[in-house]
Amino acid sequence: MSEIANTQTGEISAPFAKRFGPWIFLAVALIVLPLIFSSNIAVYTMNLMGIFIIFALSYNMLLGQGGMLSFGHAVYFGLGGFMSVHFMNYIEYEVVVLPMFMLPIFGGIIGLVFAIIVGSFSTRRAGTVFAMISLGIGELIAASSLIFVAFFGGEEGVSGDRTMGPVIMDVDFAQDIEVYYLIAAWAFVTIALMYLFSRTPMGRMANAVRDNDERAEFIGYSQRKVRFISFCASGFFAGIAGGLFAINFEIVTEENLNALTSGVVLLMTYIGGVGFFIGPIVGAVVFTLLQTVLSNHTEIWQLYVGVMFVLTVMYVPQGLTGIMAMHIPAYRMKRLSGLVVPYIKAGIPTILMLSGIVSFLEMVHHVRAAALGETMMSLIGIEFDTHTVMPWVISGVLAVVGGYLTKSQMPQLREAWEQANAPLDSGEGASS
Amino acid sequence: MFELLFFSLLNGIVTGLLLFMLASGLTLIFSMMGVLNFAHASFYMLGAYFAYTISLYVGFWPGLIIAPILVGLFGALVERYGLRYVHRWGHVAELIFTFGLAFLIEEVVQFIWGKDTKAYHEPEILQFALFTVFGQDFPAYKAFMLLISIGIFIMLLMILTRSRVGLIIQAAITKPNMTAMLGHNVPLVFMGVFGVGSALAGLAGVIAGPALGTFPGMAVVLGSIVFVIVVVGGLGSLGGAFVASLIIGLLQTFAIALDYSVSDLLAVFSITTEADSALRDLWTLSLPQVAPILPYLLLVLILIFRPTGLFGKRET
Amino acid sequence: MSSAIQLNDVRKSFGPTEIIRGVDLDIQKGERHAIIGPNGAGKSTLFHLVSGRYKLSGGHVHLNGEEISNLSPYEIYRKGLSRSFQVTNIFPMMSVFENVRCGLMWSKDYKYSFWHLVDREKELNHRTAAVLEEIGLTSRQHVPAGVLTYAEQRALEIGIASAGGAEVIMLDEPTAGMSHSETDQAIALIRKITEGKTLVMVEHDMGVVFDLADRISVLVYGEIIATDTPENIRNNKAVQEAYLGAEAEDA
Repeated sequence: MSEIANTQTGEISAPFAKRFGPWIFLAVALIVLPLIFSSNIAVYTMNLMGIFIIFALSYNMLLGQGGMLSFGHAVYFGLGGFMSVHFMNYIEYEVVVLPMFMLPIFGGIIGLVFAIIVGSFSTRRAGTVFAMISLGIGELIAASSLIFVAFFGGEEGVSGDRTMGPVIMDVDFAQDIEVYYLIAAWAFVTIALMYLFSRTPMGRMANAVRDNDERAEFIGYSQRKVRFISFCASGFFAGIAGGLFAINFEIVTEENLNALTSGVVLLMTYIGGVGFFIGPIVGAVVFTLLQTVLSNHTEIWQLYVGVMFVLTVMYVPQGLTGIMAMHIPAYRMKRLSGLVVPYIKAGIPTILMLSGIVSFLEMVHHVRAAALGETMMSLIGIEFDTHTVMPWVISGVLAVVGGYLTKSQMPQLREAWEQANAPLDSGEGASS
Repeated sequence: MFELLFFSLLNGIVTGLLLFMLASGLTLIFSMMGVLNFAHASFYMLGAYFAYTISLYVGFWPGLIIAPILVGLFGALVERYGLRYVHRWGHVAELIFTFGLAFLIEEVVQFIWGKDTKAYHEPEILQFALFTVFGQDFPAYKAFMLLISIGIFIMLLMILTRSRVGLIIQAAITKPNMTAMLGHNVPLVFMGVFGVGSALAGLAGVIAGPALGTFPGMAVVLGSIVFVIVVVGGLGSLGGAFVASLIIGLLQTFAIALDYSVSDLLAVFSITTEADSALRDLWTLSLPQVAPILPYLLLVLILIFRPTGLFGKRET
Repeated sequence: MSSAIQLNDVRKSFGPTEIIRGVDLDIQKGERHAIIGPNGAGKSTLFHLVSGRYKLSGGHVHLNGEEISNLSPYEIYRKGLSRSFQVTNIFPMMSVFENVRCGLMWSKDYKYSFWHLVDREKELNHRTAAVLEEIGLTSRQHVPAGVLTYAEQRALEIGIASAGGAEVIMLDEPTAGMSHSETDQAIALIRKITEGKTLVMVEHDMGVVFDLADRISVLVYGEIIATDTPENIRNNKAVQEAYLGAEAEDA
């Protein structure tokens, strides 16, 4: 499903397994997952994941596929959510008769309509102008949402009840697991559609315009129109994600279309990797896990996410998927095993260092934030008194020793990496 | 009515000049390096927090000098070890980097100073009403803010027009590629400008902290407004940034002061509105309500109809 | 024979400086026409004017009798004029195969379609493979275009420009920066892809020019001082003074 796997474009009839394998895998995974992770919190997390996957993929239609950096993508997500929650209420009051599972369509439509309006002037140029317009529109809509109370519900937002629709085949969406399968179905369809979009002439030209917008004009395409169509499609899918959000949470507020949400989608897409179709999926999964798992264990999880984001931008601009893709050549040459030992050797001290730093930060936070007189805290099950010297010394030693060891392992790691990626003919004898 | 206009004008100028202190640095950075620094307002926030901490130990006045210097040094480090490194991945990565940095600084500030508003106050000698007209006080601290802003403005003007460094900077703004050919150490100039720009933002934070509040959200509140100014004023135009700062400052204070609504306007044309229609929010819309969206409306309109900004010569 | 491209008093100024100062030129259908001239004469500018990258300051351009002055590049392309660039101008992050296929899509009438799947379009992919064969990049088709060697990128550049089967092809210094053997290959390639079509090229390498061109125009300081067959251009006094002479002295 990644770009890399799909450059075998010359072949017209790829083997069945290769063409449909990933999709069958995805479908099976979506069906089986809640059977394995069946706790409430797991289903909650997976619901959120599904919504974010669609949202992040739609964002990457702009950033990764089309080269447009948007700081206001939450507008289409949020508007889709508001529209859907209104329709949810119309269904409840029997203004319209519709099954609940169709709601995201309306989210998608309003996302599309707004994208057409905004895109008609914002896609003239890419780059900073586009980024600034997206930011301006984002702030404009977010600020307006607090003014137009009839539609946006002011500070409290708009809420609805997803169980009030007509019951079809005994499903009334009273339980999260029912919503899970609804989201999973929508996710499957939209992922497939967005992937297929990237394989159409339009999707290919979006990449071409991203790479070199001027040249695209000399092979017959208006760069503005190519961007505009990508932008509309992106708004549509973001609206669908918003509609699913409305069904899942039964409430949509200003927060769902403001700059914070726009920032979150940028963050998870980028961490996942913008250069690959599956990048945003990885990003959404990792981010949701961080959000739900980390926030259960620490109050400063956003600090960690922030650090991770900045480090990603600086050192791994190709994202998590990019790191994985870097291993494909070595994998093809069957040399991946040579990397395992160096990875473990460098990984253990890195974990030591990180745990030192993290425990230090956690202790600082505990000292500052805990109630007066409460000096005991626990980290991964270990109880200790933050007002004694020992924990501080231990975390300091962990960080310093771990850091030193990590650094000392780096040359070996680099050597192993170069060996694993050396061209076949020259390095064969030495490495095997 | 006159008192309203008088005080709105005064407040508008104070806000505008404060905004200019942020916008001037951002414009310089933006036009020289092509980087729209999302973290610029975060430097403003850092200025306020640094000054707050300093004021706990040695009082307000030393903080006025030390905090901006610290922020400036921090900014220079960010340029040297962050931005310059990310530059190799291209412009989009630079934008995303500063965006991530803004996010991170907010988290770090919350981590170090906590989420609540800090009790950072103006010094006692400035806690009096400078004058009273129409029964309304004008606080001395506001006059102090005004003085500092004007002082900085004049200083900037002098440096840019009278000094050698200023000439290099002006050349770099209008013809970014030319300066390198003239043999000037462009990376050093960049680092310096970034540092000074950050220091200015920090100074703005120091003096705005007591007036507007020192809290983790203060960067977000001002951040996007400053972008608006830079783009509306025009890329590479400090004069444009100055005019735009004043426009936005006045726009906001006047919109809040003048309490008119759409139905008032319609009433002038003797059109009555139904109080219960779906569009009721539109009819009751009043100026103070729309005040927060006016800058963004201006931004979008400018970008659509005049991408070079009011006074700019280069396209954004 | 009728004319493929007709320029009437074409002018272009940047600020106060006039770069192109009233060019009249008539290029016949099926002709291979070279434009030569010293550096800074305005050859590339003239290309940009015809292909729509720059707006004209004055004058008219006709393509197959139809006015194309000041149309946008993609409109001009759709009327049957395709061009390459002096500075390599490809889609660096896409594969070589994708580069050529994108160059084909408009001519195969896909337009902005988001209902065809490119991998399923047999005819499109066969044609792409054929073009790749022609430009000799079949073995490199899966590589991102950005990592090709310089000569390969030049070949790809020509491939993208010619893929769509435009009737008029303009090549801006197709052999610049190439070694001798690479140049020979490039000439053969150009000959092959422009068979039965109209070719306009800017070129510095006189060997290439005299080898390929049916007629040559000499552009000096924004004006055409002569248009004639290679033989007559070689013997033209004014040309020798203005251009070839200077070159000979250099050598």
